[in-house]
Amino acid sequence: MTNQTKPDSTAGSADETRRTFLKGAAAVGAVAAGTQMLPGMVPYIQAQSSAPVKIGFQVHKTGIGAAYGRWYDRTTKAAAQLINDEGGINGREVEIVAEDDGTDPKRGAEVVEKFAKQHQTDVAFGTLFSHVVIGSSPRAGELKMPYFVVSEGHHVASGGLNRYTLQPGITDVKSQVQSMAPWVADNLGKKVTMIFPDFAFGHDHRDFFSEAIEKQGGKVIEKIAIPPTEKSFTKYFPRIPRDTDVLYHVMVGPAVLTFVKELGEFFGGRGPQVFGFLDSLEAVDINSPGLEFLDGSYFWEGNPRYRSDISSDHDAFYRKAVGVDDNGASITDSKDIATYSHMFGCWETLHIIKAGMEASDYAGPKDRANLIEAVENIGVMPHSRAHPQGDKLFNGRTHQAFGHQFISKVGDGKLTPVHKTSIFDGYYPDETDYTTQKL
Amino acid sequence: MDLGPQIVLASLDGAVTAAVLALTALGLSLVFGVMRVVNVAHGEFFMLGAMIAWFVASAIGGHPALGFVAALVIAPLLVGGLAASADWLIIKRLDYEPEATIVATIGLLYILQQGALITFGPVAQAVEAPFNHRIEIPWFEGSNVGWGLFTTSYKLFVIGAALTILLGVWLLLSRTKTGLLMRATQLDRETAQAFGIPVEKVYALTFGFGAAIAALAAVLIVPIQQADYLMGGDPLLLSFIVVIIGGLGSLRGTLIAALLIGMSDGIISVFFTPTLAKIIATLVVAMVLVFRPQGLFGAKAQ
Repeated sequence: MTNQTKPDSTAGSADETRRTFLKGAAAVGAVAAGTQMLPGMVPYIQAQSSAPVKIGFQVHKTGIGAAYGRWYDRTTKAAAQLINDEGGINGREVEIVAEDDGTDPKRGAEVVEKFAKQHQTDVAFGTLFSHVVIGSSPRAGELKMPYFVVSEGHHVASGGLNRYTLQPGITDVKSQVQSMAPWVADNLGKKVTMIFPDFAFGHDHRDFFSEAIEKQGGKVIEKIAIPPTEKSFTKYFPRIPRDTDVLYHVMVGPAVLTFVKELGEFFGGRGPQVFGFLDSLEAVDINSPGLEFLDGSYFWEGNPRYRSDISSDHDAFYRKAVGVDDNGASITDSKDIATYSHMFGCWETLHIIKAGMEASDYAGPKDRANLIEAVENIGVMPHSRAHPQGDKLFNGRTHQAFGHQFISKVGDGKLTPVHKTSIFDGYYPDETDYTTQKL
Repeated sequence: MDLGPQIVLASLDGAVTAAVLALTALGLSLVFGVMRVVNVAHGEFFMLGAMIAWFVASAIGGHPALGFVAALVIAPLLVGGLAASADWLIIKRLDYEPEATIVATIGLLYILQQGALITFGPVAQAVEAPFNHRIEIPWFEGSNVGWGLFTTSYKLFVIGAALTILLGVWLLLSRTKTGLLMRATQLDRETAQAFGIPVEKVYALTFGFGAAIAALAAVLIVPIQQADYLMGGDPLLLSFIVVIIGGLGSLRGTLIAALLIGMSDGIISVFFTPTLAKIIATLVVAMVLVFRPQGLFGAKAQ
């Protein structure tokens, strides 16, 4: 990579990123430290193999996750393109092998198996929906296939999965809600009603937000679970108690637009404060007819959809590369809204796979264990082109990344960030130590 | 929320479900009544109606009412035509044999579902309602109702439109020559044929008509819900439940069972959970099958 003459000035920052990765690795003795051993030199060991590095991409092309799948796919392609333009991984080209899992756990496990046996990929990557992750991870562990998920579920850090499953590119729900709770309690109110999808991801919201708001002296007074395949929602809303201060909503699935519209109709311009996770509106235009009531309400954002004063140059570079305009829509179709709060995870995870492979001199599947160890030791990831959402800290014991969260206010037909949490706001003590498991 | 307003809200929501369900189930019931064909692909015709409605509405653009009216005409015609040709191409060749047609329509289900996925893509699509005003429902006893007790003009329209269409179908069956031919074929296929009724044409027409009603129901509901290629499952299951409870081939039974299932779905969902509503509906089906296998209003098998 570094033997290419890079005309653009961003090459420096990429180098810097890699160095920092390396420092983290060196600190724990994974590799001998020292700039002389920068992986920039590795390619020209002219890799034991010049065959491409195959990355199995488990993608929700169909099923309830299809809107996310479309953008995870675009982001992954853009990141792979960038990595290849800059010389690939250890001098080898990156090849993305995409397989649709239908957003279905059973099919997810089959896809992992297909990666191992048919495509013989080096790693598997890219899953979002938590039930698919939970369904696929055990098989990945059995096959000793490094499985990099971009899912937000707490199942990785909870210790429920295995050493071969890592989530280095996106924060988890527990961390997200823990860092939201103080702001919600201080600014919106303390009696909260939660509406969440009735599967693992939604249960993480329910459990960890309830816990977090109680620490702030607040209380969740009603919990309304809705199946993610539901098509009509008004019938659930009468359960919202009258004395609710804050309605906390997070919804996924094909009918999120209907969900938010019906919520607006239900309240008819009155009702409690509304705080949502942007999941309820990912891939949906906030200016859709019927969503006017959201004006003045607040959303968690993983990565702010609209460009604003706080957006960085790294975000501008990333935005352009994945084909998203300043309003969070596709450059070619202003009606095609990105899943901007989540998809950066694919970009960042691919860069982490690259960093891990370069730190461990990865040459082929026999080095998978070394790759896992190298990623476990990555530690601090600075805000950079490889990490456009912001700096992150990877906990190698729990296999979970920690980072910043945003709270944005709806107004003037867009979302404007009003609060950014610190990494520490979302940090919590280890619940497991995967490094004690055998590789 | 107070009990009173909550029941009103649940009933209104249930009435919309019931209205659309009555139409969808009517299509299934007609096809079975006349042809003795259990159409497992019925839900997919519903789904196609919704997807075509989205396609037509987004192609036409302009005021939402334009696209909606166009969809009301185009979707049932296209879906009906497709179903009639499926009858001619597949079901007729199987000689309308019950077991074979079940398997064939299962195949048709997958073809239609995957065809819609390939044609329209995997993402759920929304159609804008031609009009949609929030109507506050006044409530006097518990003066402080505040938010929540409402319906929309479009939801009321759906209920009205469904009732009108049901009335139209009833008139068609009881007052027109087409209806007479269908009823004659239903009663006794061979005798009907002996009297010169083109039974195969009646069958193709019925199959197309049944699918078209489902498509029409879908066009009505799609501005409230969204359209996606997997949406056919629930209408199919609920239609079967309605048809079994109401009695196959009985228009009156279908309407009453749809009301029963739709309203109970609305009310039980509000007070308990939607899952419990489905459990109870399925339990009712089991009880009906045990104690009154011909359904509440069905004629005893001859």
